[in-house]
Amino acid sequence: MKAVLNWFDSRFPSAGKLYQDHLAGYYAPKNFNFWYYFGSLALLVLVIQIVSGIFLTMNYKPDAETAFASVEYIMRDVNWGWLIRYMHSTGASFFFIVVYLHMFRGLLYGSYRAPRELVWILGMLIYFALMAEAFMGYLLPWGQMSYWGAQVIISLFGAIPYIGDDLTLWIRGDFVVSDATLNRFFALHVIAVPIALLGLVVIHIFALHDVGSNNPDGVEIKKNKDENGIPKDGIRFHPYYTVKDIFGVMVFGMVFAWVMFYAPEMYGYFLEYNNFIPADPLTTPEHIAPVWYFTPYYAILRAVPDKLGGVIAMGGAVGIFFLLPWLDRSPVKSIRYKALPFKIALFLFTVSFITLGVLGVLPAEGTYVLMARICSVIYFGFFLLMPIYSTWGTPKEVPERVTM
Amino acid sequence: MKRIILALTLLLPTLGFAAGGGAPVQKAYNDIRNTASLQNGAKLYMNYCAGCHSLNFMRYQRVADDLGLTKEQTQMLIFDPNKKIGDMMGTAMQKEDAAAWFGKAPPDLSVISRSRGTDWLYSYMISFYQDDSRPTGMNNLYFADVGMPHVMWDQQGMQKAVYHTEVDDEGHEHQVLSHLEPEDPAKNEAYKAQVLDLVNFLEYVGEPGQVQRLDLGWKVILFFFIMSILAFWMKKEFWRDVH
Repeated sequence: MKAVLNWFDSRFPSAGKLYQDHLAGYYAPKNFNFWYYFGSLALLVLVIQIVSGIFLTMNYKPDAETAFASVEYIMRDVNWGWLIRYMHSTGASFFFIVVYLHMFRGLLYGSYRAPRELVWILGMLIYFALMAEAFMGYLLPWGQMSYWGAQVIISLFGAIPYIGDDLTLWIRGDFVVSDATLNRFFALHVIAVPIALLGLVVIHIFALHDVGSNNPDGVEIKKNKDENGIPKDGIRFHPYYTVKDIFGVMVFGMVFAWVMFYAPEMYGYFLEYNNFIPADPLTTPEHIAPVWYFTPYYAILRAVPDKLGGVIAMGGAVGIFFLLPWLDRSPVKSIRYKALPFKIALFLFTVSFITLGVLGVLPAEGTYVLMARICSVIYFGFFLLMPIYSTWGTPKEVPERVTM
Repeated sequence: MKRIILALTLLLPTLGFAAGGGAPVQKAYNDIRNTASLQNGAKLYMNYCAGCHSLNFMRYQRVADDLGLTKEQTQMLIFDPNKKIGDMMGTAMQKEDAAAWFGKAPPDLSVISRSRGTDWLYSYMISFYQDDSRPTGMNNLYFADVGMPHVMWDQQGMQKAVYHTEVDDEGHEHQVLSHLEPEDPAKNEAYKAQVLDLVNFLEYVGEPGQVQRLDLGWKVILFFFIMSILAFWMKKEFWRDVH
């Protein structure tokens, strides 16, 4: 056994080095809590999506005439096709659940702060690619919501001055969402975006392992090293965090399986009821709502009375996350030690983000519009006023070493 | 604050109605595991619905297998001599003809239970009433000015709409439909049971693998539950030296 390993090691030493750098020899802080499961879970969901996606691709037809029927063919005639399809549709929603919790962890403990700005930016690029991936994937079943959702979202690009109309035409490849659009979205969903996603995930992890993980205390463990140069508060990622993450995976598996087997539609939020009606370009549904993970941004879009203004606000709502590392001026990283004004701001932001998500599925009328406007102001206020309020108050004293 | 509460209470009902329009739907307590009910539903479907509504994603073979039909029953299910058992349960009616006769081609019903829901289908099927202003002489409480005639009227008997008068804020009088009155209440009750079987069959057709899904799910969850206990012990053991 040892001889075989040596044989490989002398011919391909990078493999051993990778294992050393990212698993067995990577020292992570020992005080990770509940919130630190979601990184590895996001990776797990990515694998679920790729594997189930490969099997779906074997049976799906990216053709406006047959797409809807081919999905039903998968649900009925393909062996275990229903399982693969539900795995993929449930996985899509869980990807966002896991990623939102992963991002919230970053907000809680200041994981975006120096020296991890690039880790944060790469993560945001992944989030951006994920949204593109989900949006294009949602067109493929070619149901009414697929069709009209795509129609509405693509038409938003038309609000851009001068190039708007040409741009929408270029995206759709036709004057309306059509077979051409379906075919290119399939190509992008199955090849282009997944490749980008995988590459970004690898860089995200590499960048993280260069600077080292943050932790719930926001203490840099590299500042306290022993005589061998190993952080005193660090433990090897493998086996310590691999065994811990396996536990996380099993618990996650329970939740995932419950949804997949007992609530795959999630009451119309994961699989919308109207999407079981084949796409009909001549019949617009009464109420078009995007899938739940886009609804906070959809609510911001509709909160602005002007179309171009709404599009800018929606784009800005996603884009502003990129600036976060430079907006936070608090002397401490973690919410555990931050002063009260920041805690209140983060609480208000979280409440308004969830409220916007709820408002995004409701019709934009009456009080709902007013509520969406208030929440949008809080949303942007959280970021834009952060340079000011993050310096207010006296933070608690940060300990020298991490606390367990 | 009061205004917000008022607005919320006023808006809430509109959410429920948005799906179908009309009265709130009635619950269909159908049982997807009741094979006798599914068989009766399939029979009713072939007798009353299949002439106009296709099930283009459903194969005869699958229905025969899942519902445990005998050879004779399967023959009766197919009844069209041009169809083979592996074929989809299409309809003989041409789309163009259908559109000309009914104004709109009757939709395929393969996944109707998934877009409309069983409750709506049940409510719809029991809520046809006489309306002489319509070409079919029929209207529906859950689908205003519906093009479909009440094909099962012989099972239910006729229903009459009962109206009452309401006066709005400006003093105008309106005739408002309050409820439907069946000609023969006993027959109507028997009909409701039949519709329940039919709706049950449509739910099965909407997702033929549903029972398999429900039966497999708890085993998978149990697997993850046991594995999470083992993983928890393993983690504890490995982390013994971390202080």
